[in-house]
Amino acid sequence: MSDQKEKPPVPLEVHDLTVSYHKRPVLWGVDVEVPVGQLVGIIGPNGAGKSTLIKAAMGMLPLDSGWVKIFGGPVEKNLKRVGYVPQRESVDWDFPVSVMDVVVMGRYGHLGLLKRPQKSDREKARECLEKVKMLPYADRQISNLSGGQQQRVFLARALAQESDLYFMDEPFAGVDAATETAIVEILQELREQGKTLLVVHHDLTTARHYFDSLLLLNMRVVAFGPTKAVFNQDLLQTTYGGRLTILSEVADAVSSKAR
Amino acid sequence: MKNESFIPTFNWQEHVVTPWRDELSVTLWIVLMAFFVITSCGLIGNYLILRRMALVGDAISHSVLAGIAGVVVFTGGLQVTGLFIGALIAGVMTAVLIEIIYCYSRVKQDAAIGITFTTLFALGVIMINLKSGQVHIDEECVLYGEIAFVPLDQIKIPLSPALIGVIDGFPLASQFIKGGQLVVASDVLRMGIVMILVIILIWAFYKELLVSSFDSALAYSLGVNAKVVHYGLMSLLSIVVVSAFESVGAILVVAMLILPGATAHLLSARLPVIMGLTVLHAILSALLGFHLAKWLDCSIAGALVVAAMGLFLLAWIFGIHDGFLGKWMRKRKVREVFPEKIPEPVA
Repeated sequence: MSDQKEKPPVPLEVHDLTVSYHKRPVLWGVDVEVPVGQLVGIIGPNGAGKSTLIKAAMGMLPLDSGWVKIFGGPVEKNLKRVGYVPQRESVDWDFPVSVMDVVVMGRYGHLGLLKRPQKSDREKARECLEKVKMLPYADRQISNLSGGQQQRVFLARALAQESDLYFMDEPFAGVDAATETAIVEILQELREQGKTLLVVHHDLTTARHYFDSLLLLNMRVVAFGPTKAVFNQDLLQTTYGGRLTILSEVADAVSSKAR
Repeated sequence: MKNESFIPTFNWQEHVVTPWRDELSVTLWIVLMAFFVITSCGLIGNYLILRRMALVGDAISHSVLAGIAGVVVFTGGLQVTGLFIGALIAGVMTAVLIEIIYCYSRVKQDAAIGITFTTLFALGVIMINLKSGQVHIDEECVLYGEIAFVPLDQIKIPLSPALIGVIDGFPLASQFIKGGQLVVASDVLRMGIVMILVIILIWAFYKELLVSSFDSALAYSLGVNAKVVHYGLMSLLSIVVVSAFESVGAILVVAMLILPGATAHLLSARLPVIMGLTVLHAILSALLGFHLAKWLDCSIAGALVVAAMGLFLLAWIFGIHDGFLGKWMRKRKVREVFPEKIPEPVA
């Protein structure tokens, strides 16, 4: 398919990225090139710079060095093709808006200045809510939602953005098993549609089932590649700094893999 | 006997009817001014509340003094346009300074607000002292405002005789027509323009304000520049504060930035409805406050805030979140939903 033309631009290309907070580096010399149509898990211990990587890639943070290209161009130019799911705790859930209002926000990128959301935008939002099985809650005030429902609303909003590249910051944090399965299914569906997704994830035991590729991160990129190739004890030990509790978890994970 | 003179007896005829019949040209301007001020402050205040920036309004309303004083020191005059621009610069500078201190030091935002506005206020006081020999600025008037003087400052607007005729047709309207011209209180006219500006801007940038207040990270990814929205909001806030300043005073502007919005938030969980309720709150507190002041023969600005506070209390007691109404509604809902859904305990 891609033979007819030149190779399509890579969705995300990060080169020699260094970012610091208060002169302390959080990311150091990060080099990543994410090919199109991949579902990538970003894995690493607390403070490894996972969220920072996402924010820096979107140009939200000042860079100490390096550059980021999105679909072959500068970030600002192609930001419209990027969808973002922030951490659930980053917003005030008492905010006086309904579930519908939040999902319609995902359409704002498609509207010009001074333009109001149209009927078609509401229709799209309704579709997305249906996909995450939240349509019956469309008129609810967002503070009346459970954690899993909040996460589904965020996902619906991301779907409504209709982006080509998605950054998701811990979409599985604090959700029940049913919601987790539902979210994974939607992520995989998006992948089938040729979207590229980078997802910050915490649970090692599920990580290797969910993602095509893993980005093992601890300030630097420890490894980036197909899950099968990088999900092994050596690399995980390097990523997590060989801490005892983690080690046993990894051992469990690896042994369950062998089974 | 002494008690009776402390709180005068309420007289419907004297305190409510007479002001609207015999003193309309005074009453109308004061009530309209109050309504314009409370609406402008309240609508902007809604966004301050949502962004957890309630105290920034406080800060800007104080540091505006530095702007006014600065203009007096550097130009030596008290022209309205000059003062307006000076105060506007001071207001925006406050927002910028807070942001600089917060971003480039370890000081947290609330402390940064505290540092900025106290310093600017102090600078304002010093500048006024330096010039006190030549220019008279009544600090008391700056803090408390004097809305009762609003009707005194009038301008005449020449209108076509036909239009004047139409206005004259309304009962009691003849009080506003002198020599074939419409007489308008200039402060009220200015505040009305400011209120319309506030409404137009909020309407035009509704979605940018909404998304950047709710989720600044998402706003960024949607291409909404949160910084531009922030400073735009701060500039508008400065304009409102400066315009409202001399009529209700700095302290009362702060009250009106928070009270209408806080009241509306107790009554609804939808932003457009909250906006409407804010305007309703403005109408009610302007009327109630004015008549309270007539009755007690006290400061109108003070009575306005007391009335606004009274409405807030009512909303709290009867509101949908914490009030009786909310409790009653929730109970009814539970009764509707639960009987079938809860499984009977198996003993």
